[in-house]
Amino acid sequence: MAFTAFLTDATICIGCKACEVACKEWNEVPEDGLVLSGFSYDNTQALGASTWRHVLFLEQPEVAGPQTADTKDPFRWVFLSDVCKHCANAGCLESCPTGAIVRTEVGSVFVQPDVCNGCGYCVVSCPFGVIDKRPEDGRAFKCTFCYDRQKAGLVPACAKACPTQSIQFGDLEELKQRGKNRVQELQDRGYRDARLYDPQETSVGGIHAFFVILGEPEAYNLPPAPQVPTVHLKSAWTSALISAAVLFAIICAAFAV
Amino acid sequence: MKSGAKLKATEERLEEIREAAAEAAQVPAGVRPSVGSPQKREGESYYGLPALKPPVWTWEVPLYFFLGGIAGLSACIGFAAQMLHGAPELIRLCLWVGLLGAAICPVLLIADLGRPLRFLNMLRVFKLQSAMSMGAWILVAFSGCVFLAVLCFELYVRGFTYPLLIGLLWLAEASAAVTGLLLASYTGVLIGATAVPVWSENRKLLPAHFLTSGLGGASGILELAGFLVPATQILGFAASGIETLIEIMLQVWKRPVDAPLHHGRSGRTLLVAGLLEGPAALLLRIFFGSVPAGRYAAAATFLLGALLSRYAWIWAGRASASDPQALFQLQRKS
Repeated sequence: MAFTAFLTDATICIGCKACEVACKEWNEVPEDGLVLSGFSYDNTQALGASTWRHVLFLEQPEVAGPQTADTKDPFRWVFLSDVCKHCANAGCLESCPTGAIVRTEVGSVFVQPDVCNGCGYCVVSCPFGVIDKRPEDGRAFKCTFCYDRQKAGLVPACAKACPTQSIQFGDLEELKQRGKNRVQELQDRGYRDARLYDPQETSVGGIHAFFVILGEPEAYNLPPAPQVPTVHLKSAWTSALISAAVLFAIICAAFAV
Repeated sequence: MKSGAKLKATEERLEEIREAAAEAAQVPAGVRPSVGSPQKREGESYYGLPALKPPVWTWEVPLYFFLGGIAGLSACIGFAAQMLHGAPELIRLCLWVGLLGAAICPVLLIADLGRPLRFLNMLRVFKLQSAMSMGAWILVAFSGCVFLAVLCFELYVRGFTYPLLIGLLWLAEASAAVTGLLLASYTGVLIGATAVPVWSENRKLLPAHFLTSGLGGASGILELAGFLVPATQILGFAASGIETLIEIMLQVWKRPVDAPLHHGRSGRTLLVAGLLEGPAALLLRIFFGSVPAGRYAAAATFLLGALLSRYAWIWAGRASASDPQALFQLQRKS
């Protein structure tokens, strides 16, 4: 089975949150707080254990960056539906000590709820701050990439419910090309800060849910150069072994004198 | 997998959601986005909201870091004493402290799990790239070795001096020492190899710091139990000396990513912890190390500092993960 992907396009999103609703309903994700954040129309605020699609509402002043070619809008309102990135090298998957988090045949990263014991290590190992522990349940949850629907030959619920095709679902390579074409098209039309967010050159090695965005990734709370935490293992273990050897020598010396 | 009937119904429901959204999204002319827009953004981030998830670990985990460090180094001291003809009573206490730690640590870890009854799932896989998996296996190995060592030692002192038993004792003690060192240091690797900036940027310091804390703690317990021998004095000096150097390094080398180590609750606690483990314990030993009361005080001071330090590091991780700028600055730099 070929790898599948999401292409989410901020320039088409209308901020309707149908993806959030569809995801919650299909996956039977519990309610996780009803608050008014004061951050534009975004009261969801972030992805989490019970929020697998999250629509961001960016209110950008003129200074945010180049707008269109020759005119400058005084204000830009940008929406983007954020989701688990299903990293090629996934921090959560690498760190999971129970083997609960696995790679599926469609290339997605899946948490097996019948195996997860809620140790919480994936939470601090995700370079995108996606996966979290659901306190009332005890286990970790995140986007399943609608694995059940994909197995049945259906598109994920969020993509199905999106009224503008801002969320596109399909073959990984094909969508990546479509994303690049879209960015080129936007730039030709004067959106000089249009870009494809797909960190290939870092240790994450690319993601299976990439985004067409306007402006810097930081404005969307997307890390500019995400790293899979396993890259830190070698130096940390080296330090541990050297320190252990030194301390053992000190202990022996203390008893030898 | 959902049933066929439900699947059909939900497909229609998804269509419904899409149509409702499309209809509600028709914007009449003249509508303005929201009052007072655009809103001020903090730095280049999304309303200053966290870009990472803070650790969900509760009080059990830092306490485990503390006790695991003491248990591991205690077994290690026991083995060194055995090799270099230390007092049998001291070796015996070392092994028992190790065993006590090995008994308490799993309880703490299981209590922290979201699904405690599934703790055995930790042993489903052996995963080198997961420090948590390695830690689970290290703890299991340490517990086994130190239990065997205690068993052999207790038999040995009761007059069972078969060569096989003595060989087994040595083997168990040596294995407990090696796994003990791993137990005390892997916790630094565990939090060092994460996405949390203040932890990952201190990944080389953390294992050394945790090991030293474990050494001073284990030797402090021996002193508090009455073993005011030269060896524990030397180990106390060494541990608080190294901790003093680490404290000086932290105070001199203030990187932006280390902000949680100097400010807020985590910063204040870490400063107190560092002063107790380092200079305070060291000075007590220098000026009052010749009298028992001075050594008890130095040992207790170090232990308190070591305990506080573990909590401070977890709190620092929470603060660091909640600060999007800490993450972005680090990645923009590299």
